Parts: sequence; structure tokens; C-alpha cells
Amino acid sequence: MNALPAAALPQPRKVRRNLRELAERPLMILALVGVAMAAIFAITPLSGMVGWALCTYVGFVVADAFDIYRTDGPVVAKDRIATVLVATAGLCTVVPLVLIVVYVVSKGLGGITRSFFTETLESVGPADPATVGGAKHAIIGTVEQVGLATLLATPLGLMTAVHLTQSRGRLARVTRVLVDAMSGIPSIVAGLFIYTMWIVRFHEGFSGLAAAMALSVLMLPTVARTAEEVIKLVPNGLRESSLALGAPEWKTTTRIILPAARSGLVTATVLGVSRIAGETAPLLMTAFGSDAVNTNPWHGPQSALPLFAFQRVRNAIPTQIARGWAGALVLIVLVLALFTLARAAAARGRKVLR
Amino acid sequence: MTDIPMADVRIDTAVLSTGPKISTSGGGSLRADGVTAWFGKHCIIAGVDMDMPAGSVTSIIGPSGCGKSTFLRTLNRMHELVPSAAMAGEVRLDGVDIYGAGSRPALMRLRIGMVFQKPNPFPTMSIGENVLSGLKLAGIPCRDKAEMTERCLNKAGLWAEVKDRLGAPAGALSGGQQQRLCIARSLAVSPRVLLMDEPCSALDPSSTKRIEETIREISSQVTVVIVTHNMQQAARVSDYTAFFLADKGEPGRIVEFGPTGEIFNAPNDPRTEDYIHGRFG
Amino acid sequence: MSDLGLLVETARPLPQPRVITPGLTTGDKVFRFLAAAAAASVLAILGLVALFLVLEAEPALKVSGLKFLTTFEWNPDGTPAHFGIAALIYGTAMIAFIALVVALPVAVGSALFVNEYAPVRLGRPLVALLDLLAAVPSLIYGMWGLYYLQPHLQGTSRWLTDHLGFIPFFHTTRPVFGSSMFIAGIVVGLMVLPIVASVTREVLSQAPRGVCEAALALGGSRWGMIRSVILPFGRSGIVGAAMLGLGRALGETIAIALILAFNFKITTQILAPGGGSVAGLIANNFGEAGEAQRHALVAAGLALFVITLIVNTVARIIVNRTSKGKMED
Repeated sequence: MNALPAAALPQPRKVRRNLRELAERPLMILALVGVAMAAIFAITPLSGMVGWALCTYVGFVVADAFDIYRTDGPVVAKDRIATVLVATAGLCTVVPLVLIVVYVVSKGLGGITRSFFTETLESVGPADPATVGGAKHAIIGTVEQVGLATLLATPLGLMTAVHLTQSRGRLARVTRVLVDAMSGIPSIVAGLFIYTMWIVRFHEGFSGLAAAMALSVLMLPTVARTAEEVIKLVPNGLRESSLALGAPEWKTTTRIILPAARSGLVTATVLGVSRIAGETAPLLMTAFGSDAVNTNPWHGPQSALPLFAFQRVRNAIPTQIARGWAGALVLIVLVLALFTLARAAAARGRKVLR
Repeated sequence: MTDIPMADVRIDTAVLSTGPKISTSGGGSLRADGVTAWFGKHCIIAGVDMDMPAGSVTSIIGPSGCGKSTFLRTLNRMHELVPSAAMAGEVRLDGVDIYGAGSRPALMRLRIGMVFQKPNPFPTMSIGENVLSGLKLAGIPCRDKAEMTERCLNKAGLWAEVKDRLGAPAGALSGGQQQRLCIARSLAVSPRVLLMDEPCSALDPSSTKRIEETIREISSQVTVVIVTHNMQQAARVSDYTAFFLADKGEPGRIVEFGPTGEIFNAPNDPRTEDYIHGRFG
Repeated sequence: MSDLGLLVETARPLPQPRVITPGLTTGDKVFRFLAAAAAASVLAILGLVALFLVLEAEPALKVSGLKFLTTFEWNPDGTPAHFGIAALIYGTAMIAFIALVVALPVAVGSALFVNEYAPVRLGRPLVALLDLLAAVPSLIYGMWGLYYLQPHLQGTSRWLTDHLGFIPFFHTTRPVFGSSMFIAGIVVGLMVLPIVASVTREVLSQAPRGVCEAALALGGSRWGMIRSVILPFGRSGIVGAAMLGLGRALGETIAIALILAFNFKITTQILAPGGGSVAGLIANNFGEAGEAQRHALVAAGLALFVITLIVNTVARIIVNRTSKGKMED
């Protein structure tokens, strides 16, 4: 009747100002303050890049707020200061990651040679250049220890998550609190625990297995909590329709619910792995470290990448420190890759479930 | 100050047809010109023209989903708080476009207050602090806080009930009292216009009655625009009524707008008549 | 009281509920048992940690007695053995305190930035980056802190001493900077930043949206809305988040072991080399420790375990209570 054709709709109005317009005046103020501070630094005893940057920042916050205050009054000026500070805080969370990654890459890249992956430290003397010798033994150790820890912690963590989601009993309530408490255990305490139990009381020596057990104590809460969140996301209708079809509870869980949450459970596991792959402290008293290859995780001291890097950088010899940085680089790449993988799996899983 | 008898809940032709009052009051005049609003690609309302004269009460009625609330939110720039929201057209407060370049949303919201469907007093503040919170937020100095608190609570019809416990937390009040507290809070900053988005839908009948009384009392000082699902309420409190309707998949549009008496007794559009008599919606 | 009830019926006793047998299959029972056993294993592991630490710490605690908590020195191999964790606890707490001073404002700011200021397109990647920061191993923080941050903070430390030396913490007797609690604290602060930020973000995002809108509709600025609604709402949640960060900071090991030059004094000179940390000392001394020292180190670990367990549990309770609070609104 009086409905206009759709083409008659007007164009939306521009209500918010875009970034360019918003940033124009503040940037001008920033430049002015920067130049003014440079001048002040030139004629007074003040000096240093960091000092100049800090003074410029503080000066900018004040000048910018004053600029707003003149036109809009104190409330808007306060809002402006808060906006600048909050945005700075947001930016501050990105800076350390960038600094760390860039620094580790710049220090470690030189040490990444073929020999780093194919040789050990067995016959390396203090005078040898950094290109001789490698971390083969440490890489083998890390793979074995993390693998074993995953085998130990994942089934336990998943089953714990199943219990947490399906039972409303007292055990579930207590466990939920304790899993949180467990995720706060310092990693060194996990190492001490395995040391006092496995090595002192049970008279087993240092071994990759001991390291794996300590790591699994740290991995368990991560897996359990993440898996619990993921299983909770599975629509309840799925569970009920399976039960209504006459499937027993355990088949409903293993054939319907867990497969539905599969990619999320992968995420839980990979997150757990990325949490423990870089752990150093518990290895000191469980794997102990060694300079030679020990492929047997059940017996004898073993090295691992974090341990390798830690022991190298504590050395005063520059070539050893260089090897340590190379180890750190491999480690950070490994951990960040695992972490990104976990996030990607999680994102895909959410899409599947919706 | 009002010539509509309070107790009358029926639609009384004789009373309503006395017509809208001419304003000599402190309220501001609000005018919507071709207001169109989107969420993302989805157009909610299109081409709404409406004149809300100073000191009048205008009610907006219509079935759910016809964009009443969205329209109301475009009137004080609350609409743009949703990230994907967009709008077109103009909203003029006393002749000045509130979306114009250089106009600040916060300042516009200070002049055009809003009361929401669900009472939402600040839970961490006392009753008295709630009343003055708007002044504090906007940085408006207030010389006599006690007097201001009493005046606003009086206007909202809450003073007698809370005068002995101004320091009590606002959450301890009943739903109807909380809503009146929200009205008092909005009045404290002396807005030119007060928008009300189904202010009584979460309340019981007696609280509803109190709030309707309040609306009529404050309409001499502030222009009121109220969205309501309750047609009797629209007939009782408003001078003008707008009827909104959205066809399926189409944006909401204004079907009819005019003095409340005319809309309820002699609507021009058959759809208005059908809606008012409960044939749909 | 209720006369309505009388109108309907005189009290006829309600029937007892029937007992419904769940009718579990054997498979169900086995599966349920396995799941419960896994859950119980968490309990068992925590119990075992406590048990074995106590067993192994006992010889050392017998030697030192209650003085373990009040002695400043660390000489468990000497005759007579003289050791205690007073200085270490002080150092641990000081480093954790510095860490929180660094992390908390940035965490709250970044949480507000992501929740209230940043457009979704910027907020999402920021959250992902922050999570990534949490995944960086402690060792790498330590190496970075030692080799990159320490030289870069020399100037700042000197400036703090020269100009703010009247504040006891910034006073330094000898102008030697580095290997200090200040640097260790900053590095640990960066390490706990992600967890504090993500918990704070979670808590603050649950502030009732309707009340936030009301603050804006009253003509409040965004900061006014945050100050009057969001921060008061999230106050206890922020405290909980800070305590979670504290728990992490107290247990931080490798980074501190790399950076700090250990001594066993209580000093307020945080810019100068020296300080202590329970976890760091264990990592540092364990390799070369003899029998007596190992017992003493395990005792120190036991103290650390108890402290972090308490801090973490209290923090979790506070955070969970805040999350539940939103439902009442």
C-alpha cells in the first residue's frame, strides 16, 4: 500500500567519525610535544631516548586533555585521558610479545645449522665454535618426555572432564575446586614431588619417564578444564536424543558426545602440550640432563630442549650461550606453533558445533 | 494540570478529544525527519517523520518487532552504541540536528534522557546517590544536594516512600520503586525530553498507575515520548499517538500519527483500526 | 496462615516419591567408575604431593624446627646447620609485589580496552596475542629478561636512584644495577599479565549491560560509565584476578633463577643486585646439593606449595563468586 520500494531507502548517515578524523588533531599535538621535548632535552641536562619518549608521552596526555578541556570541559577531558591510557595499556600487551620474539629470533637464528639437529654435545670442547655440536639429544628427550606426559595426562584429563560434566555428586564438586588448585601448583613443586616419590622413595634413577610424570601433573589440569568447557558446548539435545534411542549412557558418551566435541578435545590436548613443552624447572630434578643421546626414556638421565637451553646460557662461554639461544628459538617456534594450531582447531570446532 | 481523569482506564472519547495542549513549558520540541535505521544490512525502520511538540506526551504503539524501540533509541543516539548500527535522516531538538557535525552524543543524551524497559538503578550506589548520579556523571555541579534529591524524588512520586532511607542500596527497592527511582535519576539532569521504552512492562498494575501519574505530572516540564504495548496506557497518558507497523521482511514504518483522540476514535488507516481493536498484533 | 490451602483440601498426606532404578548397564557402571576414578586421581595426586614433600622435608624440619620460618641464612650443609626461608619468603613476596604493580594496571587497562573501546576487528587479535604471550615458556622470559631487558633498564634504574632515591625502595647504596628484584619483578609481571588480563576481561564483561546503557543514557561519558558501573561491579573480581596472578608470581622459578643474584638478606633496595626467591633457590641449588641441602630444599618447596595452594584457592573462590553474581541481576 504505502510501502515504498526498497530502492527508495536513503544512504546511511555517517554518524561516527572515522579514524583519520579522530587521529588528526591528536597526532598534530603529539608531534608538537615531541619537538618541544626534543628542544628541552637539547638545552637542559636531561638526556636519553627513553626519557624523551616518556616525557613526550606524558606531555601529550596533558596537552591533548587540555586541548579537549578548552572546548568541551572537564568531563570530556577526563574521558579523553582515560581513553588514551586505556588504549596505551591495550598496546602495552602487544609490545612484550613482539620484543621477545624478535630478540629470540635475532639471537638464535645464527645457531640454527644442520648440525644443531644432527649432533650432540658429547665431544664438544669449550673452544669449539657454536656451529659444532648440536641439540639432537635434547630434541629426542623433549619428544619422548612430552609424548609420554601426553599419554599419561590426556586420558586422565578427558575422563576427569567427562566426570565433571556428567556427575553432580560431591566428588565432582570437590574435583572442580582441586583442578583449579592443581593448575596453580608451581612447576618446580611438581618436579620436587616426582623427585621425592619416584627417585628418593622408589629408588628409581633420573629418567625421561620421571620427567614425563612431573610434566603430566602440570598438564592434567589444563586438559581437564579445557575439555570440560568443550564438552559443555555439545548441545544437550544430542545427548538426550541418543538416550531416547535406547543407547546406554557410556555409548552415548563415547560415540556421540566425545566425537561431537572432537576438535575441541584436540585443542585441549594441544594446549596442554604447549603448556608443558617449555617447562624447565621440573626437569632439573627428574630428567637431570645429559650431553649424549639417551633414547631410552625409562632409564638414565636425559636432556630436553628447555633444559639444554637453560644449562647453555648459565655457562660463561659465548659459544655455549649461542647454542642456548638456538635452543630457545626452536623452543619458542615449537610452542607458538602448537598454540596457534590449538586455536585454529578450536575455531574450526566452534563452527562445526553451531 | 491535566484534564484526563486518573481513574478512567477506558478510552474516553470526550476526554481525549479535548486535543493536545499548547506548550508554554520547559520541555523541548523534538522532530524526526525521515529517520531510517539499520543493524548491519538489516533495515529496521524506514522514513519515519514525527513531530513531538514541546511539553507534549507522545506514545508510540505497534506490534512487536516493528521498530518502536529502535526508533526511540535513534532519538537520543543510543542506537549507535551497537557496533553494526547505522541511521539516516535527522532528529532535531529545538530545531538543531542532534546528529549534526560537532554534536557530542553524551551531551545529546544529557538533554534527551531515557528510561528503560527493565529498571536499572546503579546497584553499587545508594538511593540518594542514584538520584544524583547523572549530575556526577555529567560533571554538573549541584549546590543543594538534599534539595535536589527531594525535588526529583517528589516529581517521580517516590519521596514519601524512601525519604527515611536515602542511604539504603537501590537494589533493595521493589521493581516499581526502582523504575520511579530511574525516572527521578533521569529528571535530575533536567532533560528537555524524556524517552521511555515500555517503562511499565515489567511492573504490576499499581506501580504502573503510579508511573502514569508521574508521566502526567512531569509533562509540563519535559517532553515525553513513550513506547508502550498497552493501548489503554497510550490513550490515558498521551497527547499524540504514532502507530508503527512492519510488513514481513520489510522495515517498520509509521502508519498513522496524530492526536491521540483521533487515532483511537477515528483512525484514517484501516490497519490502525484493526490493531487498536485487537484484530492482530 | 494460608486460608487458600484450607479451601482446596484438608491435608491429605503427599505420597512418598517412588524409587526409580537408573537401570545402568554393566558398561555404564564400568564407564562411570572409570570417570570417577580419573576425577579421584586429581585428589590423589594432590594428596601424594603433600605426603611425599612432608616425608622428604621432615629430616630438615627436624634439624631447624620452627626456626625454619624465621631464619635468614641458608647454610644447611654447615655444622651446625643453620637455614630458614625468612629472607626467601620476603624476596618471593617482594618480586611478586613488583610483578603485580607492573601487571595489574596494564591488565585492567587492556581488559577495558578490549571490552569497551576496541572494535571487534582489533579486540579479537589482541586477545589472541595476549593468549600467545601466556604460552611463551618461562625460560624464554628469563633469558630475554637477562640479556635484553637488564641492559636496557640500567638507565632507568640509575635515574630512579638519582631522582627518586628518597623513596626507600629506589635507594641504592652502590651504583650497581641488574640481577635485582626490580628486573625479576618486571619480567614476572609480564609473565602473569596474560592471566590477570584474561580473568579481568572475563569478570568485567559480565557487568550488567542495561545499567551500563543507563549510565550512557544519562549523558555519562564512557569513562563515567566505567567508573560508576563497571569498576564497582568488577572490584572483587579484579582482586581475585590479581590474586591468581600473585599465585603464579610466587611460584615462578626459572626466570628468577636466571636473573636474580641470590643473597639472604632482607633489603628494601630493589634496584641493587640481590634478593631471594624460594622457587628460584630450589632450581639454582638442586643440582649441586648434598643430602642435607636437598632435604632443606624440599622443605622450602613444601612451604611454597602450601602458600600457592592457599592463594590460588582463595582467588578462585573470589573470581567464581563474582561470575555467579551476574545471574542475580
